[in-house]
Amino acid sequence: MPAAIQITDLSKRFGATQALAGVDLSVPEGTVLGLLGPNGAGKTTLVRILATLLQADAGEVRVGGFDVRTQAHQVRELIGLTGQYASVDEKLTGRENLILIARLLGFSRADARDRTRSLLEQFHLQDAAHRAAKTYSGGMRRRLDLAASLVGRPRILFLDEPTTGLDPRARLDLWQLVRGLVGEGTTVLLTTQYLDEADALANEIAIIDQGRVIASGTAQSLKARVGHRNLEVVVRERDDIARVAEWVSRITGRPADIKGHRVSAPAADPEHLPALVRALDEAGVPVDELALRGASLDDVFLSLTGRRAGPGPDDAEESA
Amino acid sequence: MRALQQCLTLAWRSLVQVRHNPWELGDYSIQPILFLVLFLFVFGGAVAGSTEDYLSFILPGVIVMNLVFVTVYVGHGLNSDLTKGVFDRLRALPIPRWAPLAGRILADMVKQVLCILLLLGVGFLLGFRMEAPWWGLPVMIVLLLAFALSFSWVMVLVGVMSRDPEHVQLFGFTALFPVTFVSNAFVPLETLPSWLQTLVALNPVTMLVDSCRGLLSGGPVLGPALGALVWAVIITAIFAPLSVRALNRRLMGQGGAA
Ligand SMILES: Nc1ncnc2c1ncn2[C@@H]1O[C@H](COP(=O)(O)OP(=O)(O)O)[C@@H](O)[C@H]1O
Ligand SMILES: [Mg+2]
Repeated sequence: MPAAIQITDLSKRFGATQALAGVDLSVPEGTVLGLLGPNGAGKTTLVRILATLLQADAGEVRVGGFDVRTQAHQVRELIGLTGQYASVDEKLTGRENLILIARLLGFSRADARDRTRSLLEQFHLQDAAHRAAKTYSGGMRRRLDLAASLVGRPRILFLDEPTTGLDPRARLDLWQLVRGLVGEGTTVLLTTQYLDEADALANEIAIIDQGRVIASGTAQSLKARVGHRNLEVVVRERDDIARVAEWVSRITGRPADIKGHRVSAPAADPEHLPALVRALDEAGVPVDELALRGASLDDVFLSLTGRRAGPGPDDAEESA
Repeated sequence: MRALQQCLTLAWRSLVQVRHNPWELGDYSIQPILFLVLFLFVFGGAVAGSTEDYLSFILPGVIVMNLVFVTVYVGHGLNSDLTKGVFDRLRALPIPRWAPLAGRILADMVKQVLCILLLLGVGFLLGFRMEAPWWGLPVMIVLLLAFALSFSWVMVLVGVMSRDPEHVQLFGFTALFPVTFVSNAFVPLETLPSWLQTLVALNPVTMLVDSCRGLLSGGPVLGPALGALVWAVIITAIFAPLSVRALNRRLMGQGGAA
């Protein structure tokens, strides 16, 4: 299958910050690449270069076979972009926002109206269609933004943290939508800080950290790379948590992670599970859940970088 | 052909924005009318002896002042597109690079003509009558638009350099008040101290106001109109390249929160 997106040795520097340091990626047509990385990893920079908004310092980028540097216009005919922060015209109504894009893409008046109507419906915005977008909630703006990037039925779609700030229900709606688009043959590059999102949507995942792709492959193969599983136990009584944590770390030989009533630690040996069962049984400690789980992407990230993934504390600052 | 249609679509967008933004609409309509009426009745007696005589003096002054103020919205709109990400959305579309700016300036020209006609209409209701030949009116509009066009480049630069739309407005109006008031828009040149007269005579606002007075009520036109056009050329020659450079720099520097 030909590659819809082909990135070779891409670098970009902002002053002293090396935002991208030699990225190679290839996304086959009709698939989803999940670009997973913490805040500041370089995801937005990469997307902006792909969308012809930013020039790279070095490397080659082809989108739909066209060079983003020398054939930007052709690239723009193929792509749709939903940036990290909703970029709708707040002074226009939702409907006017979509009509604007449709007309700029060369739709006739009638076609622009039709396309706008169906998108407003699809994104549950009909009722707000005639209100200025500045009166929209965050979720509505995101939906409008997404609708705007789909007006031209792009063959290649870039979604930069599309579900950040969405409620769980809207998040699932968006996942469904992405699956639908991919079913119709659209190629999607999606960035996210959420491991479950990449897991749920992407055919391939590339983990990016400090401007480098540090691992890539299917969710399955990434999990296998970590090679260990997690021993997890949910303790019923609050008073028992401390001693259960002590047993868990003694049995696994690793520090136990405590989250509420959930105690967990990486378990290299399947024998750790029965060992813990015996300890719990002897002391008569009641538990609600006990399992040996396969590694999550969170574990993958932790083992690759030594840090946890997920939204960092400086999130708010960046969106200011 | 396609590019022209895209440019018109973008101009349409700037004009539709005004509908949902009553403050901006007020700045174009209520504010200049208020200026005209207030100045007329407060200063009329003192400056010209009567409001009737003052009207034909001050009407061109208010028209030019408003012209200059309205250009602030070119910078304001551009800046809000840049800070809110709309500019990026447009740049990722297959449209010419210059279309967003051209659309905005085209919309500004439409707003300018409407403002001029509105003020002339209000002037008419207040008793103003044109004394010069009729063709003075279209010539005046063309001259005013030519100047507004060049002055837009100043506001494009302000729009690109400012952090947010509020700063554009703050900076724009703060800078433009002295420029419009240190002119003969509201008081005759002879009444000013002599050191100020030199400055006022060199001000493009003075030249524009004088041309408009000549074109509406009779009097010298060619001299001040040429002066205003020379200013327009100078302003464009300086600010157009500066603005384009600043815009490119701002766009290239963007990566993260933009
Ligand atoms: N315009 C810019 N100027 C300076 N540094 C920037 C700019 N854009 C991004 N950066 C830096 O580049 C790095 C990558 O940023 P970004 O691509 O936004 O990461 P992500 O989207 O993964 O959070 C960060 O360290 C960020 O601070
Ligand atoms: Mg980002």
